This record gives sequence, C-alpha cells and structure tokens, in this order.
Amino acid sequence: MSQAARLGRKIARHALALAATVLLGGFLSAVLVRLAPGFDTDEAQLDSRLNSESIQALRESRVEQRNIFRFYFHSLQRAAHGDLGTSISLNQPVSGLLRARVPLTLRLVGIGLLLSWAAAMALALSAAWLRAQAYDALTIFISGAFLCLPAAVLALLSVLWNVPGSLAIGLIVFPHVFRYARNLLAKCYSLPHIVTARAKGLSELRILFWHVVPVAGPQLLAVAGISVSIAIGAAIPVEAICGFAGVGQLAWQAALARDLPLLTNITILVTLVTLLANSGADVIGTMLRSQEV
Amino acid sequence: MRMNIWRRFACAVLLLVAVASLGASWLAPAGYAKQDRDATDAVPSRVHWLGTDDIGRDRFARVLYGTRISLLLAPAAALLSTFMAALIGGMAGYLGGSWARVAMAVTDLFLSLPWLFLLITVRALMPLNVTPIFSVVVTFLILGLLGWTSAARVLCATAANVRNSDFVRQARASGIRGARLFWVHVLPNLKPVLYAQFWISIPAFILAEANLGILGLGVAEPMPSWGSLLKELEGLVSVGEEPWKFVPLVLLVVVVTSFQLVLSQREESAA
Repeated sequence: MSQAARLGRKIARHALALAATVLLGGFLSAVLVRLAPGFDTDEAQLDSRLNSESIQALRESRVEQRNIFRFYFHSLQRAAHGDLGTSISLNQPVSGLLRARVPLTLRLVGIGLLLSWAAAMALALSAAWLRAQAYDALTIFISGAFLCLPAAVLALLSVLWNVPGSLAIGLIVFPHVFRYARNLLAKCYSLPHIVTARAKGLSELRILFWHVVPVAGPQLLAVAGISVSIAIGAAIPVEAICGFAGVGQLAWQAALARDLPLLTNITILVTLVTLLANSGADVIGTMLRSQEV
Repeated sequence: MRMNIWRRFACAVLLLVAVASLGASWLAPAGYAKQDRDATDAVPSRVHWLGTDDIGRDRFARVLYGTRISLLLAPAAALLSTFMAALIGGMAGYLGGSWARVAMAVTDLFLSLPWLFLLITVRALMPLNVTPIFSVVVTFLILGLLGWTSAARVLCATAANVRNSDFVRQARASGIRGARLFWVHVLPNLKPVLYAQFWISIPAFILAEANLGILGLGVAEPMPSWGSLLKELEGLVSVGEEPWKFVPLVLLVVVVTSFQLVLSQREESAA
C-alpha cells in the first residue's frame, strides 16, 4: 500500500473515531445532567405570581428532556439544521451564545498556549545546550513550583496582580510542556550521532534543526495536542474567576444551572476541539515520520 | 545520594504535616467552627496564631483540620481510582478482544474531555446544599470515580503484556484459569504500576479539590478544606496586605512538592 493511501486510511479512521466519540461525549453529558439530583426542579416554578396553569406549562416544557434518548436524538436532528436549541438558564439561543463567546476563549487559549510553549521550549533548550547542573535544577524548580499550584490559584493571583488571563493559562500549561520537552531534548542530545556532531564543532542551531527536531518533532507534536486539552480545562477556572465572558465561564454557569441544552453543546464543542487537536497532531506526526523514511 | 536526602526531607515534611493535622484537637482546641464574634477578621496574635476569618473562626485551627481532610481523603480517593483502574484496565488487558476494545473506547471517551472540565461539570451537577460531611464524601468520591482513566490505559497495556508472557502461558497450560489466574499470576505483576498510579493520584487529587473549593464546588461550610481556605484569597486587594492568608497556599504547595519529590525518587529507583 502506498504511503498516501496509508495516510488516507489513518485520517479516515481518525475522522470516524472522532465523530463517534463526539456523539458519545454529548450523550454522556446529557445523561449526567438528566440524572443529576434536582434536575426536574425549576426556580421559576417558585414564583408566587404564577398560577397552576403556568406552573403546569413550565413543567411540560421540560417533558421532552425527561426521555434522554428522545431529547438527544431531537437535539442532533435540530443541530443538523443549524439549530442548537435554547439555553434554559440564559433564555438565549445556544448558537448565539457560543458565537459570542468562542472568539474570546480562542484568543485566551491561543495566546496562553503560545506563551507556555515559548517559555517551555526556551527553558528546555537552554538547559539542554548549557548542560549545567545548577541551571537544570533551577528550571526544574521553576516548573515544579507552577505544577504545585492549583489552576484556580493562578487565576486568583492573575486578578490580584492584574496580569492577563492568557498568561495564567500559559503558566498552567507551561510545567506540563516543559517537563516532557526537557526529558525529550535531554534524551535527544545524549544520542551518539548528536554527541559526535557537537564534538565535530557543528553549530548549536544546525544540530537543533538538522538532528534534534527530526527526532523530537513528532513526539513534541503529540504533547502539543495534549496541551490544547490542558489549556481548555484551564480556561474554566481562569474565565470564571477573572470574569471573562468566554466558553469556560459559560460551561461553569451551565453546569451550575443544570442547563441541559447548553451543557450538551459545550461538551460536544470541547470534545471536538480536544480530539481535533490530538488527531491533527497524530496525523502530522505520521506525515513527518513517513517523510523521514 | 543527593536525591535521597531530598526524599527523606520530603517524607519528614509529610510526616510532620500529617502528625500536626491529626493532632489538631490538641494544637487548636477551639475547633474549626467556633466563632469568636469579638474578634472577626483579627490579625495574628498569641490567641489566634494566624488570625481569624470574617466570622471570627480561628484560621490556624481551620488550616489544621482542612489539612487533615485533604491528607486523609486524597489517598482514599487515589485508592478508589487505582482500584477502578485495576478493575477496568487490568481486566480489559487480561481478557483482551472485544472486552478490551469496549473498555478502552470508554476510557478514550473520558480522556477526550479535559480533566478540569469533566470534574467541574460533574461536581456542579451534584447537590451543593448538602451537609458538610456529605459534601466531603461527594467531592472525593467524584475525584476517585473520575480519576482512573489514564491509569486504566497504562494498566491495560501492562496486563496485555503479562497475559502474553511465558509464565502465564505455562500457568494456563497447567490448568489454572479464570479468576485464580488473574489474582495469583497477573495482578501481582501489575503491582508496581498500581503503586505508581496511586502515588501520582494523591497530589493530583489534592490540587483538584483545591480547584473545586476555590470555585465554590468543593467541601461545604463550615467544614474546612484547602480549597475553601484558599477561597479567602478572593477578597484580597494586594498580596502584601494580609500575608498570613497565604499560609494554606504555602502549606498546599509544600505538601504537593513533597509528594512530587517522593514520587520522582520512586520513578528514579524504578528506572
């Protein structure tokens, strides 16, 4: 089988698994919300101005959601036509809410990822180049300190020190990327052909781009996929605490309000982005490896 | 040798913190819930070593009792998640075939959701206006029930390797089958991975509880936990204003760092 065909099959397999996991993820969140204690109760029913007919009408508006299979099937049918339903807690179309909030989260997560990768690679590369024990210990100490801080504390501190939320996300992701990158680069720089290249006096940049990147690149790409997932998770406490009106804050509000349509759609969106990042990293990694062969 | 010293130091710190938290009733006899209405928001003094909170509760007592809850229940949750990982991942690897495919599909489904997103969503769906004891149980139970996924993947791969090893084939050829083969021959060989997963989970769960607590989804008042104690930082205007409010954070960082040091030493000796 040709390389292109192999790659095509891999992409098709990824796409199929992605679609199945996204659909199952959405269903899982719908089941969780449906089974949550107090799902059937609605604050609006406590309004003393409402008469029995209005309360009955409110109850009936939730009838469809009682049968989770029917609810999910109808939601998917509507979603196929571009209608993601209406948020119960915010009384607004879910598609509009997502459209308004996705750009901010994308910007926060994107800048956070860039910052974390820049810091992690700068420290990991400098540690690999310098090979000084004290410097190595210092970089481990810095990353270890951030690893021991809860994401929500970093968000609180960012509010306290008035630093951008994207930096908080970057600092949450940074130690995870650094630990892996440092170990990988240290391993690469101890490979015999790289030791020989250094002994022959090749410049560090030439060694990096010609010998280290081809070995470490595919594995670093896999970490890039995982770091997207970490950054999305970090966006929830950062947005909730810093008061950013993004998808993370929306997810937090939806969970607290047991807003089934909103939470199901956010879960599908988050699962989709996470899986796309991981699958993309995997496919690009395969392409790079096949080019080497 | 140098790492050994660090590991010993980390163990000593953990032991000291554990002993202090277990002796909370002697070190802070006032208890975590007693409210001194004449000393609300008090600064540190000889009576209240770390001052009091906005309703006059002794912060030192709350830190000690909160540490006790985190240090007792994070390992309990880690034990539960390790057990679930062994059950789901270990059995999937041992049985192989469609069992393994289904188990790993479920694992992948959980892994496709960011850990914090899943945790916050599930905790928010649980009742929040419950008794403090129930909130403690629910919080750590959720950590235990959701934290098994990545460990299950590792255990599935390890169990599959063990299943195909010569000694298991020989045991099977000798007529040993089913549960006995799993308990006597497969499970003991999964122990190193299980220990590692258990130790990795403890600091992860301590941090997760702190995240939930700060977001108001953790342990309910008046029961203290590191998460609920850290929530106090929300009211600060500047870092230098009331530095004693950072004591729970410093303690949390010290404990998690100590766990990481013990863990890195274990990884090093395993390698």
